[in-house]
Amino acid sequence: MSRTFLCLTALTALTWLSCSHGAVLPEDRADALYHRYDGGGVTIDGPSLLVRKQVAKNVSVAANYYVDSISSASIDVVTTASAYSEKRTEMSVGADYLYNSTIFSTGYKNSDESDYAANSAYFGVSQDLFGALTNISMSYGRGWDDVSRNGDNEFSADVERHSYRLGISQILTRNLLMGMTLETITDEGFLNNPYRSVRYLDPESDKGYSYQAEVYPNTRTSTAVSLRGRYRLPYRAAVHSEYRFFDDTWGIAAHTAEVGYTQPVWGRWMVDLNYRFYTQTAADFYSDLFSREDAQNYMARDKELSDFDSHTLGIGLSYEILPNGWRFFDKGNLSVRYNYIYFDYENFRDLRDDGDTPGTEPLYNFSANVVQFFFSVWF
Amino acid sequence: MSKGKRKSAGKIAVIMAATLLGTVVAAGSVVATQGAAPAFSLQTRDGKTLSLEDFRGEVVMINFWATWCGPCRQEMPLLEEIYQRYNKLGFTLLGVNVEEHSSDADRFLAETPVSFPILYDPSNEVSKQYGVSAMPSTVIVDREGNVRFLHHGYQPGYENEYQNQIRELVRE
Amino acid sequence: MKRIIAAAALVAVVGLTGCSNVEPWVKPYERDRLADPIMFFDRDPVSSAYTHHVYEAREGARGGLGSAGGGCGCN
Repeated sequence: MSRTFLCLTALTALTWLSCSHGAVLPEDRADALYHRYDGGGVTIDGPSLLVRKQVAKNVSVAANYYVDSISSASIDVVTTASAYSEKRTEMSVGADYLYNSTIFSTGYKNSDESDYAANSAYFGVSQDLFGALTNISMSYGRGWDDVSRNGDNEFSADVERHSYRLGISQILTRNLLMGMTLETITDEGFLNNPYRSVRYLDPESDKGYSYQAEVYPNTRTSTAVSLRGRYRLPYRAAVHSEYRFFDDTWGIAAHTAEVGYTQPVWGRWMVDLNYRFYTQTAADFYSDLFSREDAQNYMARDKELSDFDSHTLGIGLSYEILPNGWRFFDKGNLSVRYNYIYFDYENFRDLRDDGDTPGTEPLYNFSANVVQFFFSVWF
Repeated sequence: MSKGKRKSAGKIAVIMAATLLGTVVAAGSVVATQGAAPAFSLQTRDGKTLSLEDFRGEVVMINFWATWCGPCRQEMPLLEEIYQRYNKLGFTLLGVNVEEHSSDADRFLAETPVSFPILYDPSNEVSKQYGVSAMPSTVIVDREGNVRFLHHGYQPGYENEYQNQIRELVRE
Repeated sequence: MKRIIAAAALVAVVGLTGCSNVEPWVKPYERDRLADPIMFFDRDPVSSAYTHHVYEAREGARGGLGSAGGGCGCN
């Protein structure tokens, strides 16, 4: 906490030294989005509504309402349980306060489902420097979650989270913008899933393996550092790319790389294309098949913690429906985004067919279709 | 744990107090300057050429703006009001558009018409001469051609300062 | 990790004193291309927030994405 204090004080000190020229608050807008994820036996859909409005001379507030309606018959579910439906509702509010070239932000988010309640709050400072060519931002976030288990009123646990974030963005030329972000997150508490199990070799069982509850460490500290750039081409179009390196105290190391292209076409249309690649190495305590019961202090068989790669191809199309505004709306867009994601696991096996010797089942992979439709207005 | 939380809250309070103090220390939006306003000649919307010289004897407000700049667009109707109010008292407003292509400005002005002269500075010569360091920038020149007030940016409320300064200068 | 963040912040403070001494090499009136929405890192926050959530829920990695800055640099 003392480090956070030091960092935030340092950034505050920057506001003293900065030029008096100001920055601008984010634009007033409202978005209504419908999202739908379909893949690996899981279907999740729902709305996301966002409204942002400047309410006072230097204050802008925003609120978001988001719902995930989940129908899950995923591989984890079908092999160890039965299909289920769930609904998760998330609400968040935030405010930005502008003083000269500094923006102070704060926000609170709450997410609720039948067996998990997550809360988080943050405070951040964003500072424009050097004639607004450079922007430095820092924020501190705090989360506190309550974990329960469906069908078990006795079970109750919690998670506490701290996150620290530093961002620097720099305009290099009239056509080139770059950014760097550093984020550290620490969690403490019940970090696993109360329904999930690991499997171990068990010659006495029919299938040759048995299940036991997963056991995770009760702390986790992770660091992510990313670099991104956006370049305007000689004609009205832009390319962007981003790279992120991640690692944590669970032994997971991940690389993320993305490239994309944006171009306005046919007057009022805008097209976005992107490709994203992700690769990670497994957590130290992950195994698809442990050698015996209680093989290790910590055991996980969550495919999210395994060795895997994913590839995404994305396309977005946006149409300007109110080019001259309408009443109090300055601008309006209708957009659709589609992502095709392919997940390829290197040490997580597909147990849906019986009969294979444990440890030789085919490796799992699946693809997902993710669609978003949204309507945005600016006022 | 609650003691730790109290300490944290205390530290956050100190940071906020320090910030507020620091930002009070930082300079305001107006810097009074002296010196002759650099001379220039630019083309207007109508194809004529206007020079700053033509307005010697009047109070001139030069506003550097662009259609891609939100605060500039916000300011335009207010500048029109100011122009209408003080024009008869020996005041004129020159809107210098800094964009490469004048078509963007023309399209904007068709939606938001103004009656004061709009000049085009596509090569940014005049912007450089005036050391434009924020968008928008507003320079107020007195009847003798000297720069008296400089405003960087636009935030709601600046138009009141403009009017106070214009009233002061037209009385000279 | 916290040390790195603290060090970066201190370097930022020390190195960036007297901002008015550094002349911006991209002038405010040259920001037209950066003010164009195609040059925003995040044009539709409601959409990018959802996309980040889709990945974070299925991958081990988290955080470190998103950026401020750029834009018209007005005021």
